[in-house]
Amino acid sequence: MTALIVLIVLAAGTYAIRATGIVLRDRIVLPAWLLTLLPVAATTLLAALIATAMFTDAGHVSLGVARPAGVLAGVVLAWRRAPFAVVVIAAAATAALLRLAGLS
Amino acid sequence: MRTFYRTLDRALVRDASAIAVAAAMIGVSYGAISIAQGLPWWLPIAMSLLVFAGGSQFIAVGLLGAGNPVAAVLGGLLINVRHLPFGLAVGGFVGRHRLLAAHLLIDENTAFALSQSRVELRRQAYWLVGGFLFVAWNLGTILGVGLGSAVGDPNVFGLDAAFPAGLLALILPALRDRTTRIAAGCGAVLAVVSTPLLPAGLPVLVALLGVFAGRVFSRPASVEVAS
Repeated sequence: MTALIVLIVLAAGTYAIRATGIVLRDRIVLPAWLLTLLPVAATTLLAALIATAMFTDAGHVSLGVARPAGVLAGVVLAWRRAPFAVVVIAAAATAALLRLAGLS
Repeated sequence: MRTFYRTLDRALVRDASAIAVAAAMIGVSYGAISIAQGLPWWLPIAMSLLVFAGGSQFIAVGLLGAGNPVAAVLGGLLINVRHLPFGLAVGGFVGRHRLLAAHLLIDENTAFALSQSRVELRRQAYWLVGGFLFVAWNLGTILGVGLGSAVGDPNVFGLDAAFPAGLLALILPALRDRTTRIAAGCGAVLAVVSTPLLPAGLPVLVALLGVFAGRVFSRPASVEVAS
């Protein structure tokens, strides 16, 4: 029963958050400065997600080797205009191989 | 012109497939971890279908398994608050079926869509990546629930590096803009530094302060460009 309530509230709340942003964009006239800031804000949020995925673990700062090295390999390839799929696979493979070699 | 669209479509399908495979594998581990937490089999499956937000789902099953349902809801929702500004950013081009588009809103399709240059391509990327990941995430979850404890650590395959690398590749073009670069850099540092101090979800929102840093520090440069 508790699990069911958690499921329903989390699902409804998450949907409300998502729909609010998308619907508001249409319903209200956003000021020009906010419209120019939105893509910057979205990129900043994504950068923060990337950084926390790379350098934190369960609420702690964690500076490993395999994960940042994997991401670095992927980004270098992206910089050289490699296809997205290659970037993702190379990042995973680099991290996996480094772990296989004993580096965490 | 039509072949031009088709070529772009094919590249998009390939890229979306790559990230979908990775998402499916994370989904498998999510399903398995939920079962290992002693939760009923239907819960992770229903959550993947109805919540469809990986980070918050992991937090929610973890806290629920630890016997803290209130924290599971609050923690899960806090992680998803970033979807509100994402919704504002993508709301202009998702097209019709906005209420369905809202359910598919995740980090990956926002990043994919914003990395496209034209409105038509943005809409395509949003729906395609969102749809692929929805299917992959749900199939992965079901598989993970079925396999249960037979599933190992997905980090063995380096998946924890695949997602940040993919997102970084997607925002790379946007980072050519100086204001965005400063904002994103400051935001990233703020998020990492505040992670030990704040509950999960908040550090990423704190990063929004970086947007103001971007505005303040990029002003001299715009003057230079103007002159």
